[in-house]
Amino acid sequence: MKDEDIVERIQKNPKFMKFVNLRNNYAIVLTILMMIAYYGYILLVAFNKQFLASKVAVGATMSIGIPMGIGVLVFTIVITAIYVRRANSEFDDMKDEIVKEASK
Amino acid sequence: MIKRKHILGGLAALLVAGVALAAGADLGQAQKQDTNWTAIAMFGIFVGITLWITKWAATKTKTASDFYTAGGGITGFQNGLAIAGDYMSAASFLGISGLVFGSGFDGLIFSIGWLVGWPVITFLMAERLRNLGKFTFADVAGYRFDAGPIRSFAACGSLVVVAFYLIAQMVGAGQLIKLLFGLDYIVAVSMVGIIMMTYVLFGGMTATTWVQIIKACMLLTGATFMALAVMLQFGFSPEAMFVKAVEVHSKHDAIMGPGALINDPVSAVSVGLALMFGTAGLPHILMRFFTVPSAKEARKSVAWATTWIGYFYILTFIIGFGAITNLIPNPADYFVGGELAKGLKGGGNMAAVHLAKAVGGDMFMGFISAVAFATILAVVAGLTLSGASAVSHDLYASVWRHGNVDSATELRVSRITTVCLGIFAVLLGIVFEKQNVAFMVMLAFAVACSANFPVLFMSVLWKDCTTKGAVAGGTVGLISSVALTIMSPAVWEASLGNPKGSAMFPYASSAIFSMTAAFAVIWIVSLLDRSAQAAKERALFPAQLVRSETGVGSSSASGH
Repeated sequence: MKDEDIVERIQKNPKFMKFVNLRNNYAIVLTILMMIAYYGYILLVAFNKQFLASKVAVGATMSIGIPMGIGVLVFTIVITAIYVRRANSEFDDMKDEIVKEASK
Repeated sequence: MIKRKHILGGLAALLVAGVALAAGADLGQAQKQDTNWTAIAMFGIFVGITLWITKWAATKTKTASDFYTAGGGITGFQNGLAIAGDYMSAASFLGISGLVFGSGFDGLIFSIGWLVGWPVITFLMAERLRNLGKFTFADVAGYRFDAGPIRSFAACGSLVVVAFYLIAQMVGAGQLIKLLFGLDYIVAVSMVGIIMMTYVLFGGMTATTWVQIIKACMLLTGATFMALAVMLQFGFSPEAMFVKAVEVHSKHDAIMGPGALINDPVSAVSVGLALMFGTAGLPHILMRFFTVPSAKEARKSVAWATTWIGYFYILTFIIGFGAITNLIPNPADYFVGGELAKGLKGGGNMAAVHLAKAVGGDMFMGFISAVAFATILAVVAGLTLSGASAVSHDLYASVWRHGNVDSATELRVSRITTVCLGIFAVLLGIVFEKQNVAFMVMLAFAVACSANFPVLFMSVLWKDCTTKGAVAGGTVGLISSVALTIMSPAVWEASLGNPKGSAMFPYASSAIFSMTAAFAVIWIVSLLDRSAQAAKERALFPAQLVRSETGVGSSSASGH
């Protein structure tokens, strides 16, 4: 079957838009979480430097901002991995099924 | 007390240089050092191995597709390393560790900014790029838009970013070689040009990718070793390291909190936007999504890239603190004239290189120097390849010849372009030798997030977007980002030498304005566009959506 025909049949399949919306909503939620983590940190830098410079414990030298900053770095890696894991398994399976139905 | 003031002044200057460097590859006016034979020998070995790989890659580079995308045969893991290699430039290695050395905490803020763009690329762009694109990111926007205008615009956007980035890298390379190897500036710049051209010309994307992978592994290994050596000194206790750093650093406890890096909220958010979305508009990064066989592998690439880059930034933070605790107590060995006030030998950005000597001796310092230089070489090769593909694939094959061109001719044009770009890069490197070029990378990021990213984003995700809207909005973004960046204090006052307070644009980055303007113009012009062409383009959206979401009909590795 030609690609154009498959594309047309996928367009007509209601499952397709459901799949697109599901995956996009998931991507948007994760994007918003990332934005909150990053801009939250940046706004602390801009507005509340004292908080970031305050110590993790009484008598400690390390400031709260350092583990928080490393935390944002680790969060970035983890959130990317979470998306890729779900997209490469669940979402790709849904996609493959839709394409298979259209290719019959 | 007077001496203390000097140190503070010196560190303030260092911070400015560090910030500039973190945003770019400018290494300032470096003093030529004694010829360092260990470093040269190490670098010679690197060049030997990579040229041997290029010879192998040349046998695999027969078609335009091989040249642009290595035939689409790179795996997600390999591509992740290559992308990380593109991103972990000498600027981020030497610049961020130098920034941490100078002011502690502030270095971390920059590292975070450079990393957070990656999840956004993963969530919104990576697989769509892979599914719609073939060789360049213009293919993505060109899927339903009028090829002439949209590809001309995309090629301009790519070339502008590539040119700014190339200048910064070439000048950085020249200064770095002067410092690390003790060779002349012109010799250094020409050497970079010739080796880089050899990789791209004969080995195309295959060689460029493997050079990048090898370099990424070397850099990660070297940085890991340094960070471990530092942590070992403190029994793997970060607290002990910070205690010692605060004790010896002239700013004392101030290095534990944010300094003067970001003051007003507008600049904070604007710089954040530029770093976050600029990455999604860099042509030499985007082209790497076309080297993998499927969307699945494209996603894996970004996941690996994010992991390596994030890990690397944590290492640079430790390396910066290691430099504080190892170098400052021994001013005689590492500081000009043995005085802290005069700064590190070779400048603040040499912190990581000096630390390499402190923890691993002359051999290891030679290794780190060679890695730093190999880094520039690999990044420059990637930039040149993306510039060459913009000219040969977008301008020559698609716009000028309307796609009626065979692979062999297209390949020949890319190779001619590569040579031209190589010569151009060397000449620019020589012309800009004495200039402060840190702002060039700021310009590249500003253009990438204000021109390339909005066009790409809207063409893929908004059904009503039209050619007219995309080209108009992208052009507005391009011009406004360049103009505002030049009028900003970092360029107008610090780089162009105008009096303080004369900058017409008060913020650190144009992104919040120029990127918004680009999106607004794309939106308004597209809505107002009632032409027949616009109707045709909108009608193509559903088919584009199917292809971008499922990959049906996209160029696979074999059909590539």
